[in-house]
Amino acid sequence: MEHYISLFVKSVFIENMALAFFLGMCTFIAISKKVETAIGLGIAVVVVQAITVPANNLLYAYLLKEGALAWAGLPDIDLSFLGFLSYIGVIAAIVQILEMLLDKYVPSLYNALGIYLPLITVNCAIMAGSLFMVERDYNFPESVVYGIGSGFSWALAIALLAGIREKLKYSDVPEGLQGLGIAFITIGLMSLGFMSFSGIQL
Amino acid sequence: MVIRAFLDKIEHNFEKGGRFEKWYALYEAVDTFLYRPASVTKTTAHVRDGIDLKRMMILVWLCTFPAMFFGMWNTGYQANLIFAGNPELLAAQGGWRFALTGALAGFDPNSLWDCFVQGAAYFLPIYAVTFIVGGFWEVLFASVRKHEINEGFFVTSVLFSLTLPPSIPLWQVAMGISFGVVIGKEVFGGTGKNFLNPALVGRAFLFFAYPAQLSGDGVWTAVDGYAGATALSLAAAGGVEGVVSAGVSWMDAFLGIEQGSIGETSTLAILIGGAVLLLTKIAAWRIVAGVMVGMVVLSSLFNLIGSDTNPMFAMPWYWHLVAGGFAFGTLFMATDPVSASMTNTGKWAFGILIGVMVVLIRVVNPAFPEGMMLAILFGNLCAPLIDHFVVQANIKRRLARNV
Repeated sequence: MEHYISLFVKSVFIENMALAFFLGMCTFIAISKKVETAIGLGIAVVVVQAITVPANNLLYAYLLKEGALAWAGLPDIDLSFLGFLSYIGVIAAIVQILEMLLDKYVPSLYNALGIYLPLITVNCAIMAGSLFMVERDYNFPESVVYGIGSGFSWALAIALLAGIREKLKYSDVPEGLQGLGIAFITIGLMSLGFMSFSGIQL
Repeated sequence: MVIRAFLDKIEHNFEKGGRFEKWYALYEAVDTFLYRPASVTKTTAHVRDGIDLKRMMILVWLCTFPAMFFGMWNTGYQANLIFAGNPELLAAQGGWRFALTGALAGFDPNSLWDCFVQGAAYFLPIYAVTFIVGGFWEVLFASVRKHEINEGFFVTSVLFSLTLPPSIPLWQVAMGISFGVVIGKEVFGGTGKNFLNPALVGRAFLFFAYPAQLSGDGVWTAVDGYAGATALSLAAAGGVEGVVSAGVSWMDAFLGIEQGSIGETSTLAILIGGAVLLLTKIAAWRIVAGVMVGMVVLSSLFNLIGSDTNPMFAMPWYWHLVAGGFAFGTLFMATDPVSASMTNTGKWAFGILIGVMVVLIRVVNPAFPEGMMLAILFGNLCAPLIDHFVVQANIKRRLARNV
C-alpha cells in the first residue's frame, strides 16, 4: 500500500506532467482562462488517463512486449516497434467510446466537457502517461495508480494556472506580452514554485 | 516648506510638454515620498484615514530594522568569533570590505562596534546594490509605462537583501533583484498586480541559478575559506543533538547568534518587528496563525511517526520555529497582502498550506535543508485558487439562504 501511495504522490507533485515535464502545453495554455472550465478539463484528463494507461499497460504486457505473445505460442516475436501507433490508437478509440457513452448516459457531463473531450486525444500528457508507463516497467496495479496520479497532477496544475490567470485579469501587462507571453512567464514562475518538490526521494 | 516651494517651482518642467517630461515618475516619487499627495477621491465614498499604501510600505520597511541591525551585528560577530579562534584565517583575508573594517574598527568579537562595522561592511553594499539596480528597473518601467513609482519597492529591496547570505557576490545580488523586480513584478504591471512575492522570486532565481553561492556550508559567514553550517543543515545531518553539540542552543537560535542569511537568524528581532505589523493590522494575523498551526501539527505528527534514518523527523516544533527563515518568512513574506489569499477563510488555508509545506520540505526533501522560501512561493501559487473556492462557497451559501 505504501508503495502505491508514494507512487501517487510522486506522480502528482514531483513529476508533475505540466510543471515538471511541460507536457500538454497546448490545452494547458488554451483552456486555462476560467477556473470552472479548467477543472472540467482536468477531470476529463484524470478519467481518460485512468483508463488509457492501464489499457495500454495490458496491451503492452500481453501483445507488444518481447515474448509477450508466449500465451499464443509465439515466444520469439517482439512487436514493441508498434508501440507508438498502438497507444495513440487506443487513446483515440477510448476517447471516442467514452464520448459516445457519456452522450448517451450522462448528457450533463457530456455537455460540461463539450469540446475538451475530443481535444484530449491530442493532449501529449495523455500519450506521455502511456510512454512513461512503458519506460518505467509498471505492472498493472502500478499503472492504474500512475494513470490517476499523472492525470491528477495535470488537473491540479491547470486549476492553479486558471486561478492565477483569473487574478491576472486585473493586472496591467505590457502590450507585447499580453496573452500567450505572460502565460508562458506565469507557467515558468509556477514551475519555480513546484521546484520545492524536486529532489524528494520516495 | 522650502522643499515644498522648490518642488512646486520645478513641477512645470515635469508635466506634459515640459523639459523633463520623461522624468515625471521620478519627480512624482520624490514629491509623494516627502508630502501627502494633493489628489483626493473624486466620488462620494470617501474614507478619511492616514494610512495608505505608502505609509503601509514604509512601516513594513521600518519593521525590518530590528532584524536588519541585529543581522549586521551577528554577521560581524560570527566572523570575528572565527577570527578569534583561528588567527591564521585573519591573516589570510583580503579584499576591500576587509580593509574597510580594519580601517574603521578591529576584529574583537566582544566589541559591539567592531562586529557592527564588520557586518555593515557586508550588508550595506548588498543593500545598496539591491536598491540601485532594483530602483533603476522600477524607475525605467514607471517612466516608460507612465505609472507611479511605488513605495512597495522599499519593502521588496530590504526583504530581498535580508534573505541573502553575507558572502554573496554583488553582481549576483544585481541579477537577483533584476529578475525579481522585472519578471516577478513589473511585467505584470507593478505593485499589486503580481501574483508572487517579488523578493522571493529574486531569491529563488538566485537559489536555482547559482546554488554554489546560496546553499551549502561555506557561504553563511563573512570569512573566506571557512565552512560553517546553518542550524538546519546541522539538524539535517544529526538532528537537534547535532545542532546543540555544534554549540547552538535553543536560546542562541532564538536570539539569533548562529549562522544563516543576514536577516533571518534572530527570531526575537523579527518578532519585535512582526508584532508591530500585527498590531497595526498590516500583516494578517490569520496567515501567521495558520502557518503556526500547519507547522506545529505536521512537525508533531512527524515526531510521532519517527524515523531511524532521518533525524529531521524528531525535530520538535519549537526548533522549527527558531531555525532558518521560518520566523522571517512567516511575518514578512507570507503576509505580503498582494500575493497572499485575500479572503479570511482563504488566509487560514493559505497559512496552513505554507506551514505544512515548510515542514515537509525541511524533513522529507533531502535536496533542500531550508524550505521557507519554496513553501511561500508554493502558497502564492495556490492563493488565487483558494480564494476562488472561498468565493464560490460564499456565493452558494448566500444563494441557499435566499431561496
